Amino acid sequence: MMGLDFGRLRAVVGKELRDYRRKRSIVVAMAILPAIFLVQPTLSVFLASPSTTSASYYSLPLLLLLLIPVITPSTLAAYSVVGEREQGTLEPLLTTPIRRQEFILGKAAAVMIPTAALSYTVFGLFLAAVWLFANPAIASDVFDQGPVLVTLLLFTPLLAGWAIVVGMAVSVRASEIRVAQQLGMIASFPPLGVVVLLGIGTIHPTFAVAVEFAIGLLVVDALALRLVSRMFDRERLVTGARAA
Amino acid sequence: MTETATVQLSRRGSGRGLSRLERAWKVLIDGNVVGTISKQETLELQLEPGSHSLRVRSMRYLQSPAESFQVTEGRVVGFSCRSRSSHPFLVQRSILRLAASLVKHDLWIALDSEVTVETDKTAARTKLPRPTEVLAGGDRPRPEPAVSTPWRVQAEPIGDAPALGETDVAAALVVKQLSKRFGGRTAFSEVSFEVAYGQVFGFLGPNGAGKTTMVRTLGTLITSTSGSATVAGIPLSPENGVEIRRRISVMPEAPGLYLRLTVTENLEYFAGLYGLRPAAKRIKDALDAVNLGDRAGDLCGGLSKGLRQRVGLARTLLSDPKIMFLDEPTSGLDPVAALEVHNLIIGLRKRGVTIFLTTHRLEEAEKLCDRVAILNTTLRTVGRPAELREQLFQSALVVKTLAPLDDPDRFFTQIPAVESWRLEDPASYLVSVSDPRVAAPELTRRLVGARADVLSITEAQHSLEDVYLELVNEDVEARRQ
Repeated sequence: MMGLDFGRLRAVVGKELRDYRRKRSIVVAMAILPAIFLVQPTLSVFLASPSTTSASYYSLPLLLLLLIPVITPSTLAAYSVVGEREQGTLEPLLTTPIRRQEFILGKAAAVMIPTAALSYTVFGLFLAAVWLFANPAIASDVFDQGPVLVTLLLFTPLLAGWAIVVGMAVSVRASEIRVAQQLGMIASFPPLGVVVLLGIGTIHPTFAVAVEFAIGLLVVDALALRLVSRMFDRERLVTGARAA
Repeated sequence: MTETATVQLSRRGSGRGLSRLERAWKVLIDGNVVGTISKQETLELQLEPGSHSLRVRSMRYLQSPAESFQVTEGRVVGFSCRSRSSHPFLVQRSILRLAASLVKHDLWIALDSEVTVETDKTAARTKLPRPTEVLAGGDRPRPEPAVSTPWRVQAEPIGDAPALGETDVAAALVVKQLSKRFGGRTAFSEVSFEVAYGQVFGFLGPNGAGKTTMVRTLGTLITSTSGSATVAGIPLSPENGVEIRRRISVMPEAPGLYLRLTVTENLEYFAGLYGLRPAAKRIKDALDAVNLGDRAGDLCGGLSKGLRQRVGLARTLLSDPKIMFLDEPTSGLDPVAALEVHNLIIGLRKRGVTIFLTTHRLEEAEKLCDRVAILNTTLRTVGRPAELREQLFQSALVVKTLAPLDDPDRFFTQIPAVESWRLEDPASYLVSVSDPRVAAPELTRRLVGARADVLSITEAQHSLEDVYLELVNEDVEARRQ
């Protein structure tokens, strides 16, 4: 990542965010799924009986909230390159001094910002609701899930990062937006296997496990980002043919 | 006392198998056109003692050799040959053709030497035939060679520009033998040309000729398969991509604007990508240059196609580029919008901006370009539009009479200045002449003398479109054959 120009990065991020603001339906569409994913954890907390449920009962509903950073960015990420290509805006963009790393990183950051903001907002709303309105005993049980809450905090950007990188990889190679979005969505799911393993008790959610997985995912995200940069072939994107 | 030498230049052979473009060769002595030789004609010249250069230009072979020779006391004593082609086969063929054309005079003296063809990429040796082998009769005595050293045939630039090596820094674009293939398909092959700073260079060709691929290659979007180029003084290579892109700007055929953003926001984005800070003044200047200052706040999605094209042009102006590549900027525009774009390009030319303009609108190229190249996978020709017309078409007069002439063949062939003629309409004749200024008065006198009712005698005008069609149609014919 040597030689990155932060001015150009800022330009890419700024333009993308401006584009989202101008097309509010993008943000609204992004917010629908998180709202749906909020329903199950909320019901499980507010319908539970404090006398019959153990504290670990709340782990899985909380971990389900991790679906938000996985699903939310995949569509935008999958659109990022192939969308520009279909709009005809990619070619003029690539004739500027921008490097492929700057383009990829800028695009990724532009998807990460609303994803992280939306995910943390939903978590915050959920925890605020539990704190304010749930039975105090249940609220205490939820807030006792320290490792799970740390997981939510740490894994949100990491899982979003994975979904974004995978979505962009598909976008760099795909010839059509719809194909890219469907493949991007499917390809972003594998890390959720960890969530399932946690849920069924195969992996016990401790603080150490959360940190280990976070580091692992960080490394994978960084490597995947480099790989996507290498996959970014100007010639292929402009002409549809691989460089000789 | 100095003595002039009489030099006869001639073309032998029937010209069978040669295209129309090959048949008439323009002869240049010391850079001046001294005449044209068609098949089986002789051009006689009186030359002062000293060193002279000889060039025979045919439209078909841009690589025609350049010769130089020495005249001393009425004799031609030295002769050497340089070729602009880097392809040994073409050099060899050109020399052989020239040998055939020079065989009647003293310039033949060195043609029995062995020729060494050296180019950037390849080296080849070829033995030229003896004069008797070139001459059909074979009875002409062979003069003694005055130069015994082998000739060195070196690459020379196309056109009248100085050698490539000398102009790498001065030229905005230097392209040498550049080729691009996509798998088995050739987009363009062995293309060479130069563009000087401040020029508007037109790149013409039919659809699929490789124009856009050339722009993309020079704009570092795609890599060439072979050959080399220098863009704004920087060698074209993937490593130099960022540096080259800093110095150029490209407007693709579709301007590619972000339709949800305003004109200013689009330009702000690109200003950021070019690292222009602060950008407000640059954006204002660019918009003023394309007369869009009052539409700065409009969403691009709401602009007409012509206005979007103007925004695209403003975007290419932002970074104050050394070279602007405009890929069919008037494609799909109505005449009024196209005229606006033309005026903008004329304005840019006045400001000294170097423009590489691809188009298939010939009137556009004729109007806007200082020089043009015609590409049809290979480069067919390059030069100023007027030069191309002159090179390709023989001078001709169009004679219109009220009634057909009684015996036009007898009438025209008795006039020395007339080379050939053909009937265009029942009472309209296209008369090929060597020099219209000599032929027109003579022809007029004769027509009046013959009591013909002359309606008009005009010089035949050829447009760039004629040049283009001649070259492109010839390709079509060649493919058919």
